[in-house]
Parts: sequence; C-alpha cells; structure tokens
Amino acid sequence: MIELKKAGFSYGDGAILADVNVHLAKGSFHFLTGPSGSGKSTFLKLCYQALMPSAGTVKVLGKDVRAMTQDDIAMVRRRIGVVHQDCQFLDHLSLAENVLMPSQVSGRDVRDDLTNFNQLMDWVDLMDRINALPAELSGGERQRAALARALILSPDVILADEPTGNVDWAMGKRLLGLLIELNKMGKTVVVATHDMNLIREAKSEVPARVLRIQNNSLLVSGADL
Amino acid sequence: MNKLKIAWARAQDLLSGDQSADRVVPPSGYTSSLTSFVAGAMAFLSVFALALSLATGRLAERWSNELANTSTVRISAPEGQAAEQAKIALEILKVTPGISSARLMTQEEQRRLLAPWFGDQLPMENLPIPSLIEILEDSQGPDVQGLKLRLAAEVPGAVLDDHTRWRRPFVTAASRLRLLGLISIVLIFVSMAAMITLAAQSALSANDQVIKVLRLIGAKNSYIVKAFVRRFTIRALLGSTFGTLFAMLFILFLPRVAEEGAFLTGLGFRGWHWILPMFVPFLAALIAFVATRIAAKHTLQGPS
Ligand SMILES: Nc1ncnc2c1ncn2[C@@H]1O[C@H](COP(=O)(O)OP(=O)(O)O)[C@@H](O)[C@H]1O
Ligand SMILES: [Mg+2]
Repeated sequence: MIELKKAGFSYGDGAILADVNVHLAKGSFHFLTGPSGSGKSTFLKLCYQALMPSAGTVKVLGKDVRAMTQDDIAMVRRRIGVVHQDCQFLDHLSLAENVLMPSQVSGRDVRDDLTNFNQLMDWVDLMDRINALPAELSGGERQRAALARALILSPDVILADEPTGNVDWAMGKRLLGLLIELNKMGKTVVVATHDMNLIREAKSEVPARVLRIQNNSLLVSGADL
Repeated sequence: MNKLKIAWARAQDLLSGDQSADRVVPPSGYTSSLTSFVAGAMAFLSVFALALSLATGRLAERWSNELANTSTVRISAPEGQAAEQAKIALEILKVTPGISSARLMTQEEQRRLLAPWFGDQLPMENLPIPSLIEILEDSQGPDVQGLKLRLAAEVPGAVLDDHTRWRRPFVTAASRLRLLGLISIVLIFVSMAAMITLAAQSALSANDQVIKVLRLIGAKNSYIVKAFVRRFTIRALLGSTFGTLFAMLFILFLPRVAEEGAFLTGLGFRGWHWILPMFVPFLAALIAFVATRIAAKHTLQGPS
C-alpha cells in the first residue's frame, strides 16, 4: 500500500530520515518506534503527504507522491485514516460533526455514513458524548474520537501517531485492542509509539513487524525486540 | 444555455444547500461582521449615488428641453404704436434664420401669465402692458446678438428676452453631477471589493488551522474555497440588503419639493426607477463572491 525507496527527509539543515526502504504491505501490522524526536511523526507524514520526501521515492496506493496534485493528495487522504498525535479536531464543532467531517468534505451524502457512524460510536464507546465539543473530552475520549474519524470512510490503511500518548495504561490497551481488531478485518495498520510495553503487549495477539528509527535510518525487525 | 443552468445550480447550491458546510468555517467574530457592515454601508451610499445620478439626469434633460425652444420679444411702445411695432417685429422674426415660429400672444394668454402676481381680475385694457411675442427656436437657434441689433434699429420698443439662456451652464453642471454619481457608484463597488478581499484574506489566515485540518481529512481546495465564499457572499448579501432598504426608505421619506426649483430636494426615484436600487444587493453579493473566491484560491495555492 505504501512503499518508500531510498527515501530521505530533512527540514532544512540536518537530515531527519535518510535512505529509508520499506514496504507496508496490504493487511500488515507495523509498529514504528524510536526515541522521542527520532522522526516517527515525520515518517508518517511522508506516508500521508503532509511532507514530501527530500530524496528517493514514496509511493502511496500505487502512485508516486511527487506526481500528485493537491486534489490527488485529497483523494489519497480519503483512503488513509490518520490518527494524529494531537488529534487535529475542529474545535468549534461537536464530536459527531468532527467524526463525520471526512464524509462531509468528500462530498458524500453524510446520511449514507450514519449507520457506520453509529456502529463506530458504539465500538469506541462514545455514543453518549457525541454532542460534546473537543475541549470537553478527556484524553482517552479524544483519542477514540480521532480513531473513529479516521475510520468513518472505511479506509484501507490506518496510520496512528502515538494513539496511546495521553491515556492511562488500561485505555492504551483498549485502543491497541481496537487497532488489532481492525487489522484482523484486513486493514493495513501502522502504529507509531515510543512505548515498548505496548508493543510487547501486542506481540501475542498480532504478527507485527517493528520498524525502529535510529540515527536517522529505519531498521526493520520481526516481532521480537 | 447549459452554462447558465450550471451557474444557476451553483448559485442555488451556494445559497441554500447543506447547513453543515457553512459550519466548517468557525463564526469568526469581527471579519464577518465587518463584511456585513461594509456591504451595508456601501450599498447605502451607492443607492444615494444612484438617486443622485437619476435626479440630475432628469434635471439636465428637463432644462435642456426648455432651453431648446423658447424666448420672447417684449414691446413697450406708446399707445397707438404698439400694434405697428409688433407687426414689424413679427416680420423681422419670420425671416430670421434659427427661428421656426413667432407669434403675438393674445391678451388672454398674457392675463394668465400675470395672474400669479396680480390675480386674474386684472383689467388689461386700461394698463400699458407690453405686447409679447413668443418665439419658438429651431435646433440651431438664432444669432442672438445680430437679432438684438436689428430689432433695436427697426423696432425701438422691442427687447429680446432670451430668459432661459442663463440656464445653459446649469445643464452642463447637472450632466457633470450625473457623471459624478456614476463614477461614485463604480468607486463604491470597487472599494467594497477591496475591503471584502482584505476581510476574506484575514479570515483565511485566522483560520489556517481549520484549513489545515480540512486538508488532512481529505478536503479539496474547491471545498474550502466554497466554504469561505459562501460565508462572505451571504454576509455581503444580508448587509447590502439592509443598507439598500434603509437608503430606499430614507429616500422615500425625503420631504417632497417641486423638482424644478431645487435639485437636491428632487433627489429620489421616479416610477420604474425604484427597481434599480434593488439590484444593489445582488451586485454586492456577486462582488463578494468573486473577491472571496480570488482571495481564497490565491491563499490556498501553496503546498498542503
Ligand atoms: N516543522 C519542523 N521544522 C523543523 N524541525 C522539525 C519540525 N518538525 C519536527 N522537527 C524535528 O524533527 C525531528 C523529528 O520530529 P518528529 O518526527 O516529530 O519525531 P517523533 O515523532 O519521533 O517524536 C525532531 O528533532 C524535531 O525537532
Ligand atoms: Mg511524534
């Protein structure tokens, strides 16, 4: 689904990522790990075209990102669900409006997605919070709402950036469970986290590969650490 | 025809359509109320400028019509000579180029002319009232100086009174005023376009976080442009509707004075001209639509 070849990225001066080669195949589950500031978010941003590679190629859904127009990028983002590190909600809209926003902006009839919306709200257990504003949600609620929004258009790929960053261990385990469930439904999942315990926790439940960013390069290993 | 249909569908889409699209842009306090206010004030001013143009246009037309035709020759002569002198004067006038007809006014007509001052019971027979000859000029008009000299030589009691000629500079002035009104209307709408562009740009930069989020969840630029354009078009339409209505009511209740006398108090709309100011809100909305669209497209051109 997503393929990086000799990809590199720098914000200007020093390189953040260099010579990255990886293929995120359909239906795979990847953890992306590395210390804080190592470039996990940067890697994910290359995957959903918030950043363009400074070197090498990035192919998403079969297309070279350099050849994409802004409209092409918009179309790709409708097929990739992203759980952003800081959630990225529209603060003046309710949880329900935020979760349905991808459906709204893609010009679909929002009513067609209401069944999906109801199921998602049950699944992430936020049904009784749908009228709350983002500022009124707890950390765990925000993360689950962000996950629900990432899934509203039933994307093939889910990229989650520190989805358990602001929540306690129990909630973290619960969110991980949801992501594993999605992978079992055939979706390609990438979870960026610096939390090793979370990765160990998942090991028994899903055959995940671990990508580790170290000294600006990406090391690929099996499920073992 | 097809293009027209598409344009119409777009307009409907813009004005009715789904409420939620409108909520995407947060209700950003001052830029949108600024837009309403500017649109309202500009609409108000443009309605007045329009009224001024129309009123001065009417005045210029009326005055130049009056100028076009009449002047008079007044003959004050001792009793007994008046009739003779009038006859000579008439003969001179008939052969003068630039005059299409000349006619001695009857006593009855003169009485009517004097009635405002002396009442209609005036015993004309016993008064030394001068005889009046009414002259209708053709489009060229006579050589006034030459005619005056000739009359002085041959009809000692005759005075040529070209009483409307003094108004000629006023006709020019009135036409200039109309032009001024039209230029004002153009300037008003250009200023409105500029101010709405600035307001739209400031709203776009104030909402860069919203725009970023919309892009992250797969919004195309056209969607974002539409959300902003909608907001500003509706604001401009509402504001200018209020401004226009207010100006029209104001003009409707201006004290009425005969238009011939004082041209500023003749400010107003006559008959079907009342329809013209009603186009102002639509023009304002169209300007807001175009200005916001250009501003938004320009701002969003950068990388996502
Ligand atoms: N917009 C930016 N401009 C410059 N440097 C940045 C920017 N964003 C992140 N960085 C730097 O890039 C590095 C990697 O950041 P990031 O990908 O967010 O790391 P992680 O997600 O692993 O914590 C960090 O050193 C950070 O300071
Ligand atoms: Mg990060």
